[in-house]
Amino acid sequence: MRPRSAIWLALGWVGFALLPWFAGSGTQPALAPPSPGPAGSALIDGLTNGRWWLLPIALPLLLALAVTALPGLRARRPAVLLASGAFGLAWITVQGFAIGLDGWASGWLGALFGPLALGQGGFGAGAALTALSFLFLMTNGFAGLGFMKGDRFTAGAIGLVLAAIAAFVFLPVGYVLSGAGDTGSGGFSAAALGARLAAPDIWRLSCLTEAKSCGVVWNSVFLAVMTGIATTLLGLAFALVAVRTGFRAKKLLRVLTVLPIITPPFVISLAVILLFGRNGTVTLAMSDWFGLPASRWIYGLPGVLLTQTLAFTPISFLVMIGVVQGIGPSLEEAAQTLRASRWITFRTVTWPLMRPGVANAFLISFIESLADFGNPLILGGNFEVLSTKIYFAVVGAQNDPGRAAALGIILLCLCLGAFWVQRQWLGKKSYATVGGKGDNGIPSQLPRGIKIAAYATALPWAAFTFVLYGLILFGGFTENWGRNNSLTLRHYLAAFDLSWGPGGLIWSGRAWGSLFTTIEVAALSAPLTAAVGLLTAYLLVRQSFKGRGAFEFLTMLSFAIPGTVIGISYILAFNQPPIELTGTITILIICFVFRNMPVSIRAGVAAMSQIDRSLDECSLTLGAGSVQTIRRVILPLLRPAIVASLVYSFVRAITSISAVIFLVSPKYELATAYIVGRVEQGDFGLAIAYSSALIVLMSVVIALIQFAVGERRIGRRAATPVTLQEKPV
Amino acid sequence: MSIASKAAGVEFRNVSRRYGNTTAVDDVSFTIEAGNLVTLLGPSGCGKTTTLRMIAGLEMASSGTILIGGKDVTRLPATDRNVTMVFQSYALFPHMTVADNVAYGLVVSGVRKRDAAAKATEGLELVGLGGYGQRLPSELSGGQQQRVAVARALVLEPEVLLFDEPLSNLDAKLRRKMRDDIRELQQKLGLTSVYVTHDQEEALAVSDRIIVMNKSVIAQTGTPDELYRRPKNRFVADFIGGANLIDGELVGRSGGTATVALGRLTLSVPDPGLPAGEVLLAIRPNAIRLRTGSADSAGDGIPVTVRKATYLGSHMEYGLTSEFGDLFVVDPNVASPVPAGATALATFTGDGIAAVAR
Repeated sequence: MRPRSAIWLALGWVGFALLPWFAGSGTQPALAPPSPGPAGSALIDGLTNGRWWLLPIALPLLLALAVTALPGLRARRPAVLLASGAFGLAWITVQGFAIGLDGWASGWLGALFGPLALGQGGFGAGAALTALSFLFLMTNGFAGLGFMKGDRFTAGAIGLVLAAIAAFVFLPVGYVLSGAGDTGSGGFSAAALGARLAAPDIWRLSCLTEAKSCGVVWNSVFLAVMTGIATTLLGLAFALVAVRTGFRAKKLLRVLTVLPIITPPFVISLAVILLFGRNGTVTLAMSDWFGLPASRWIYGLPGVLLTQTLAFTPISFLVMIGVVQGIGPSLEEAAQTLRASRWITFRTVTWPLMRPGVANAFLISFIESLADFGNPLILGGNFEVLSTKIYFAVVGAQNDPGRAAALGIILLCLCLGAFWVQRQWLGKKSYATVGGKGDNGIPSQLPRGIKIAAYATALPWAAFTFVLYGLILFGGFTENWGRNNSLTLRHYLAAFDLSWGPGGLIWSGRAWGSLFTTIEVAALSAPLTAAVGLLTAYLLVRQSFKGRGAFEFLTMLSFAIPGTVIGISYILAFNQPPIELTGTITILIICFVFRNMPVSIRAGVAAMSQIDRSLDECSLTLGAGSVQTIRRVILPLLRPAIVASLVYSFVRAITSISAVIFLVSPKYELATAYIVGRVEQGDFGLAIAYSSALIVLMSVVIALIQFAVGERRIGRRAATPVTLQEKPV
Repeated sequence: MSIASKAAGVEFRNVSRRYGNTTAVDDVSFTIEAGNLVTLLGPSGCGKTTTLRMIAGLEMASSGTILIGGKDVTRLPATDRNVTMVFQSYALFPHMTVADNVAYGLVVSGVRKRDAAAKATEGLELVGLGGYGQRLPSELSGGQQQRVAVARALVLEPEVLLFDEPLSNLDAKLRRKMRDDIRELQQKLGLTSVYVTHDQEEALAVSDRIIVMNKSVIAQTGTPDELYRRPKNRFVADFIGGANLIDGELVGRSGGTATVALGRLTLSVPDPGLPAGEVLLAIRPNAIRLRTGSADSAGDGIPVTVRKATYLGSHMEYGLTSEFGDLFVVDPNVASPVPAGATALATFTGDGIAAVAR
């Protein structure tokens, strides 16, 4: 304990006395007077600038130094470390929130303690390092008292994950809750909250009685239910074709399952516009052949429903494949030996066993549809849903964060409700009929009627999907789709032009900037995501501690929080001290890490459950510590899971849109946000060219990784429903 | 360099382990002397594995003190204890070669690679697997994997070597051989070993002493001979060797033997140290002999009816009905067996009967 505690203690002192305490970015007003001394550390600032509230941080640091340095106090060391770590952390947090840029953050604090001459900015490197040091001193003390089997690493890891989730999931969500009750003058009132939550344009039912549009909640729920039903039926049809028929091109169906991973969510909308928009191929053909006038019917509920069904059917397919494969064939064979016909077997055995899985697929599509942002944004027209309404409440002319927050609360409640139902209710209802014992049965053929129905739904839909992707890849090469179909490289040149200038190669295309930023952010966030996710998985699978169930729920919760809510909450929370991140690349990275963490956790949990626990225990008894055990035993065995979670966090960071569209800045523009911007400008050619470039890039990345790691291992993993169903949108 | 022993004793002082409301080990105290092989024996769920894992440091005692080599290690995690363990599943690292597995403990504790490899080779030779170093664990048979696990635990020269049901994944023949090999190795190197098993025969075969556990507490501690011949209670009498449990009455004692009345018979047993009065007689199946003959000639036996007779080659097994309840008998006389349905006389040999409290 001594060496590691001492290192953290030393780092705490460095953060307190040497590093700049505040973030010195341009987004905050200059702090007066400008910090003297070498680096404007808390110690110097507190002594010379009159920010006296920073000085008490020295107290726990001195205390911890005393018990670490003086051998006479050895027996008390864990308790003192725990207490000083907790106090230091609490003090940093409290002073950070209590004192803002212009003095006290809330009026009543000023009334209580008198006015402050100075304010303070957001936490910088010094504050972050000191807080981290306090956190680990605290967990070291905790382990020293005998908790967590005395394992400092486990205690520290749990502390770190919990602190990170608290700061980057719960703090922002808390800001959304308080933001919805904002009175406009910085105060909070329940009346304002109630008024915003009950606003008539959210809840009204006027579409039932008169020719007006209904409240946005009803739009969202109606759309989600319709999408859920459509995708579940299609997914079921695909799964039946893939598992229970002699269909030849099953591999082609598998390709379908990879598409949603590599496709930015709004790309399907672009393809649908190419087909059914006013200049779409189908629209033009219809008007040529049948004289139907071109209309904008696709913009609205029909278009959004169509695109969401296209986008989420593969996810539903993955879930249903697991369900259909999970039905032990011997059960059906048993029914047939008991003289049930094929149809009766399907009706009385197969279907009842599939029912919980069907409900599960429905709920997953329901959540995906509610959270979807890109498709309604592009195709919604006058049909408003919660996610787009949140966006327009922030970026549009209204600029009403309180209203956005209230809408965010409603969306969050809907998603969490569905998530809760899925976990609690269905979790207990599923039948796992294929056990560890061998099942020698052969899956029975489908009844004729169902087989025909499955083929008739699945195959045209699959063909339709592939046509759309073909259009996307092809559309970027036409001058102006529908009006002037001559081939051109104009859009690709506009996006990805390279030229030679006096200084050498010039990246003159317009897309390069955002593409490089995107790759940079994705490359930085992927290892972090994998690390945090696998660390959490290790804690969940390998360590038993009190509150493990709650810990697991907390970590999985960030999956159910829709991207738009994360986006709005990050803006509300991190636009001001103590944590001020907006406009930086850090906020994009953090956003991706916590958005994609659940997927990484799932991959890690699945892989780690396969590794017998006695391997770690053996390593421990042979004298290796937790860290060495992880490095030498667990990590080598986890290599496929690590690669999988690296690839998926990388790819998802590139394709996601809903959260980051709130967080991008002119300096740090991301590809997806840039494409959406192009679409809103009506610049379809460039948008489509850029999208196809992204899709091709993602396919190459996935293909390369599969090639490098071995197709089977990662391919199997790609096909596990749990990994994919938690794709954040 | 050679593999030596740093054997140290183990002491438990009032150790308990609780999980929420359930108690896995309840106020257990015992001492294991250096150089001994002690078995923790008991039915599943009795707390023997938890006790073993507390010696290893894989479980932390909820209360009490654990000493190894006279040092208090109660709060020390597994990493910092000089104790190694052979796991039931062997726990060989599947991504490392056999040699790397054996050298693992040395490498992580900072021994130079070359020295570690040399010692690993030596360890493998000790368990008869010289030349297998470059194979992967998956390329070995179950018995060979077991030997690798033993070698891996040995090369660290632990103060205490733990075995968690090491033979349960082997077939019967191999089990007997491995059992003898383990005992031989332990005696040769003078190791302190703690061995967990639920197989009483295995325990009797390998142990210097046995700690019998039942329902989270120690039922009895002693040498194999003590436990078999002088069980202290009904559980031990029944669990070790099996016994017919019959009600009797202690009527007198003299010089280390006690006299017990069973119906009209009187039998002498080792003095259990119980007060005169009702006791339970534990009669080993091989302490009963069957004699054909009429019931009235019963001077030294009890009349019984043979309910079932099973021929097992080396001996006969009988199920008998008597006025004292059903009896189970193992009789070496296979030349003239008593057929089922016959009446016979059961007599008791002097050895193999013990009295325990009711």
